[in-house]
Amino acid sequence: MSQLLLFNVTNGLIIGAFYVLMALGLSLILNLSNVINFAHGGFLVAGGYIAYTITPYVGFWGALLVAPLVTAAIGLAVERVLIRPLYGRDPLYGLLLTFGLAFIFEDGTRFIWGAQGKPVTIPAFLAQPLSDELFFITGYRLFMVVMVAVAVGLLFVLLRYTRLGIRIRAGTLDLETVAALGINVGMLRSLNFSVGVFLAGLSGVLAAGQLGLEPTMGAGLLMPSFIAIIVGGVGSLLGTLLGGLLIGVASGVTAVFFPQASEAIMYVMMAVVLLIRPRGLLGEEGMMT
Amino acid sequence: MSKSHHARKLMVLGAIWAVLLLAPYWMPPLGGYTALGTRVLVLGIAAMSVNFLLGFTGVLSFGHAAYFGLGAYGAGLTLKFLAASTPLALICGTLLGGIAGAVLGALIVRRRGVYFAMVTIAFGQVFYYIAFQWSSLTGGDDGLRGFSRQPLDLGRFSIDIASNAQYFYYFVLFCFALVTGAMAFVLRSPFGRTMLAIRENERRARFLGIPVERHIWIAFTLSCLFVAFAGALYALINNFADPRGLHYSQSGDFVIMAVMGGMRTFWGPLLGAAVFVVLQDYLSSITINWMSFIGLMFVLVVLFFPRGLLGVIRLGRAA
Repeated sequence: MSQLLLFNVTNGLIIGAFYVLMALGLSLILNLSNVINFAHGGFLVAGGYIAYTITPYVGFWGALLVAPLVTAAIGLAVERVLIRPLYGRDPLYGLLLTFGLAFIFEDGTRFIWGAQGKPVTIPAFLAQPLSDELFFITGYRLFMVVMVAVAVGLLFVLLRYTRLGIRIRAGTLDLETVAALGINVGMLRSLNFSVGVFLAGLSGVLAAGQLGLEPTMGAGLLMPSFIAIIVGGVGSLLGTLLGGLLIGVASGVTAVFFPQASEAIMYVMMAVVLLIRPRGLLGEEGMMT
Repeated sequence: MSKSHHARKLMVLGAIWAVLLLAPYWMPPLGGYTALGTRVLVLGIAAMSVNFLLGFTGVLSFGHAAYFGLGAYGAGLTLKFLAASTPLALICGTLLGGIAGAVLGALIVRRRGVYFAMVTIAFGQVFYYIAFQWSSLTGGDDGLRGFSRQPLDLGRFSIDIASNAQYFYYFVLFCFALVTGAMAFVLRSPFGRTMLAIRENERRARFLGIPVERHIWIAFTLSCLFVAFAGALYALINNFADPRGLHYSQSGDFVIMAVMGGMRTFWGPLLGAAVFVVLQDYLSSITINWMSFIGLMFVLVVLFFPRGLLGVIRLGRAA
């Protein structure tokens, strides 16, 4: 039993790490652009498939870096052409537009790469389990967690110590003042959007190695990321991090005792958080109204 | 001005009802079929319910599919296990969705703007998973089957809405009239005016002493009741309740119908539903990539038609 529990807690942490990567990207975009990016799952899938396509040429490690960059470039184009005209209008429109984009992404993926799932090969040494006792932790899973940790670490460094990051954080709090100080807010939003999409692309590449590729995989990963943001507190990236890990573990542990409810538990957690602490675990007062 | 305005309003209203009443006669020659009209009406109710919140209270629910689906399952389960009565099924379905909406609404109404949408989506998905996982009751992925709508028993005679598509259309039209009547009544009432006040300027409404949260909650609950009623009717169309009817992508369809038709107008969402249903029906018959086209439609509506079809007409008239 204890091993089963350990297995599922680890599993939950790994999945949670994954939600974190998705949710951080979503959260960045939400904070600065006030857009719930429904197409985030689409970007994830695009990242995975691009990695699949370029792996024969640049290898696994090359794809790990190049695919998210290509995805981010697509994201930049999308932001410039489609999302930019919507700033200053009702947030409803950004939501609807990205919702439509999600359809186009899913269908486009199916059109280009086919409806059949694609297996993805990972380097052989990562496919091995760590040891006989810890048979459930393959090297790849550990590698995923490390990658997520590195990405999250770099993101926080970016936000804390670089000029771009400081501006992004300032913009989250008060975009008007940032604009008044002579900072090009349009450019800031574009870069911020690309960073968010880069994270989605990276999630896609990592997910591809673990789950394989399917055109519909993005939608399933999107909702937990929403919940991670709400549980952690809108406006707080640290909260998003915490929220993602929490719901991952909760869902993993529930899978031991009552497998049917492993999805539902995330929603229950969200309801409880909203009831007891409406702004989310680490959310700023007033961010969510 | 006011008199001619009033007369024109009556004329438009008369025209709308004439078109709806005669639909079974003019649709087939144009290549439609009566069941398509029934679907437009039912989805029209759903889109109007979403718009009841979006267009008239100013809050966006992106989770109405959940209450729509609950209405469908409520109606289906009632027919299957409780009693073979169409009206009872409709009532049970409506109540199931409405009560769920009232309970969750209490958690949701403190949020605003994009966060309101986000929380409604996330809560809506709960019911999708329940319908999906609780297969012993709901049929899981395959959906709920094994029930069928029953003829209406009116004491002396009964109306066979079960096998006659035309009778069923008129029954749905009757239901449609009830719901739209109820919506119009609420919107014209003093309470409806406070909804508009909240939409236009929430802070001001609050300072005028309107309990904003409570009023949004009431509007949300009413809207959930309406949409659950639509869901219950929807289950009766094919005698089938589908878990995908609870999914947030269905909510997105409702919202786009409302926006495409014109979200500041009463009848806009019905028009939006008609365009959407006909387009979907047509596209899915000619291409397997219809999803892209629907997605493209979302994008185009948002970029070029944010006021919707009726909104554009109205703007043209005002100019």
